Amino acid sequence: MRAYWELAKGGYRRYARYRTAILAALIANGAFGFIRASLLMTAITTAGAAVGGYDLKQASTYVWLGQGLLGAIPLWGATEIATRVKSGEIAMDFLRPVAALGQWWAADLGRAASQVIPRLVPMLVVGTLTTGLALPRHPLPYLLFVVSLVLGVSLTFLAWTLVNLLAMWVVEIRGYHALFMIVMNLLTGLLVPVSWFPGWLRTLADATPFPSMFQTPIDVVMGLAGLEAIGVQAVWLVALVGVAQLMLHRGTRKLVIHGG
Amino acid sequence: MSTTIIDAEELTREFVVYDGGGLRRTRRVVRAVDGLTLRVEPGEAVGYIGANGSGKSTTIKMVSGILTPTSGSVRTCGLRPVPDRRVLARRIGVVFGQRSALWWDLPLEESFPILAAMHRMPRAVWLRRFDVLADELDLSSFLARPVRTLSLGQRMRGEVAAALLHSPALAVLDEPTIGLDMISKENLRRFLARERAERGTTLLLTTHDMGDVQRLCDRMVVIDGGRVAFDGTEADLVATTDAERILVVDLEEPLTDVVRLPDGASVTATEADGARLSIAFRPRQLSAAQVLAAVQAQGEVVELSLAEPAIEDLVRRIYASGASHTASPPPL
Amino acid sequence: MADARAQTRTPVDLAPVTWWFMVRTMVGARIRAQAGFRSSFAADLASQLLLAATEFVEIYVLLHNAPVFGGMNLAQATVVYGLACVAFGVADMLFGQLDSMHSFIREGRLETLLVRPTSLLLQLVTADVQLRRLGRAAFGLAAYLFALSICGVEWTPDKIALAALAPVGGILIFGALFLASGSLHFWVLDGQQAGNAFVYGGRYVSSVPAGALMTPVRVFFTFVVPATLVAFVPSAVLVDAPLPEFTTAGMAWLGIPVGLALWAVVLLVWRAGIRRYTGAGG
Repeated sequence: MRAYWELAKGGYRRYARYRTAILAALIANGAFGFIRASLLMTAITTAGAAVGGYDLKQASTYVWLGQGLLGAIPLWGATEIATRVKSGEIAMDFLRPVAALGQWWAADLGRAASQVIPRLVPMLVVGTLTTGLALPRHPLPYLLFVVSLVLGVSLTFLAWTLVNLLAMWVVEIRGYHALFMIVMNLLTGLLVPVSWFPGWLRTLADATPFPSMFQTPIDVVMGLAGLEAIGVQAVWLVALVGVAQLMLHRGTRKLVIHGG
Repeated sequence: MSTTIIDAEELTREFVVYDGGGLRRTRRVVRAVDGLTLRVEPGEAVGYIGANGSGKSTTIKMVSGILTPTSGSVRTCGLRPVPDRRVLARRIGVVFGQRSALWWDLPLEESFPILAAMHRMPRAVWLRRFDVLADELDLSSFLARPVRTLSLGQRMRGEVAAALLHSPALAVLDEPTIGLDMISKENLRRFLARERAERGTTLLLTTHDMGDVQRLCDRMVVIDGGRVAFDGTEADLVATTDAERILVVDLEEPLTDVVRLPDGASVTATEADGARLSIAFRPRQLSAAQVLAAVQAQGEVVELSLAEPAIEDLVRRIYASGASHTASPPPL
Repeated sequence: MADARAQTRTPVDLAPVTWWFMVRTMVGARIRAQAGFRSSFAADLASQLLLAATEFVEIYVLLHNAPVFGGMNLAQATVVYGLACVAFGVADMLFGQLDSMHSFIREGRLETLLVRPTSLLLQLVTADVQLRRLGRAAFGLAAYLFALSICGVEWTPDKIALAALAPVGGILIFGALFLASGSLHFWVLDGQQAGNAFVYGGRYVSSVPAGALMTPVRVFFTFVVPATLVAFVPSAVLVDAPLPEFTTAGMAWLGIPVGLALWAVVLLVWRAGIRRYTGAGG
């Protein structure tokens, strides 16, 4: 619908303006890229063989792709929705003729779109020039990547929205926020690929949507994962949308009945 | 056939308030709105007046669908506000004082295509409408600036434009002229009056500014303690409160004796050594003509003027007479 | 009795506002306030502990796949991680407030602090002492001591001294990094992420065996942002692990001197930043 397109454009424009922030983020991402690439590559060299399905070049690619996608995929989330709940400003989102979840989702996709090129391309350039990249030469992984990225961004957005919506019931969400960050830091494969995890941790991670948020799009574009992984993303998407709708429905009923 | 725009019947809203803390917390039920009955027909302009805490914002929330009544019923544009909130959103436009309907980080003008899309307005239609709004509300000098950088007055004008973009049947405005300078206030009032005249938009305006009421509204509803304390025209208000009118007469020569006035009239001030008299009288008891006649019988009147009681005084009288009926202070 | 005491007490507004007075008053208030919300404080503390623990899991996973990493085994790497956590946790508690310079400036709150008669730095530092960050330090201390005990260290007097002094050096270095990152905001408002690169990048580097880093990266984080001096080099000397290129055993003691030197430099930058912000500089 046209409304979602306009909302996405709004999200895009809002974040495309922060040029200094993008530049600063690139510096940070670059620094971390070198650190992470070093560590992963040393581990592979010491092991003498590919680890968890990644050889040296692939590990390097994994790192630089990851650093580049940190802009689009909102791993560290935002507490904007929670703030709106606390201030009551969220009522304005409800007074519009379009569903609130749709409004926020569309805006976030717009935001993500604004961050893809400015943050991914420089990281890939640095990666090519330094530790090397191993990217497929045929188009299919790239097409699948677009789908997987949209799903990854959406999953991350939805997960954060669920944490934010807790503000409708709980006075202080900071604790849940912190807990979420902790779990997410570990299980998304941000620092270490999920396939490197020891058995028990791997099973735990796979039972959550976290690997689907970040690692899956990266594996897809590298040609290491395909439709099956995207299918998993889609299943999680449906699940999280369901939970979000439920929370919103219950939450708005509470707000509307008790005032807020 | 036109539906009643707002149809509230015995509308009541209670809040649970906790006083004190720890072990001595007591639970108290407060009625922010208490049996409010109000009917607004299409095309009316209603000034909704009340002190802070009188139940104004609570009423508005129930009318727009973001708060459920505890009891009683309300229909807005024929719809039930809470269950049909998103459908209702297409027919009403709401301007809140503290909350913004605009996108905070985007330039003001970028909020409008989004709103237009949400209201499914065809491109040509909304562009034309936007031009008119921008012109009449004088938005052009700050259209390109992010909303968060605007002053309160600028933002309010933007909010009004946003609320009226889709030409709603009902416009609910919460203190819209606050923070505006005199010229902007007048422009906004003129704009709202024209909207009403040209499009038949119903206006529900909460305000402290009596100028808004006099200039825009043909009906005043005073809310006090969650109930309607007064509902009528300004003339009704004067009559009801029986506030005094003042006749100021300039005499050819000061009177030699104290002026004799009929019952219900008294001199409140004299100036120019008695050549000018200010006479206050109760409109229920006497007409201006009677007072004038009494004075003319004693001396020659060269000039006269008639002053109406200030609306603020009238409203204050309403509160004063209602104070004894207030059960408990409503929450903020 | 009470009257006599009241008469001899110095009125507060005549007492010199000393550093100590400020620190005592404000920190005391913060501590009381935070300790007051018992359950949420406990939860915060627990979450900091948990955070430190999950980050350790990452190190564990890396070493799980490669038994010797950067010249160290798991126990030795744990010494590094623990020491880094202690240093960072304490530094974060003391100086972490400088991280939020960004929002201070954005909201215009800096002005209200600048018009007060005490140093801006002191005010920022005492504004919000986050006791909960000790959670990370607590985890780190436990890991540090435990790992040292299982590493089979041959304890000599200077090793004991090194083990005790290393955290202090680390705290100084991280504190200086926080301050440097905060100073950046006087020049570039949205540059907080660049500052983060050095504070959090430094933290990350300090918690891993630096031998695993590529030489250019390691050199940068030793001689420019001295992160390896916080934990890796002292730890390697303590547990007798091999030192990589460009690193010598003597450097293990450089934590405190380098930290102090860094503070001196960064304080100059900070002052220049304030001058610039208030328009008094060139």
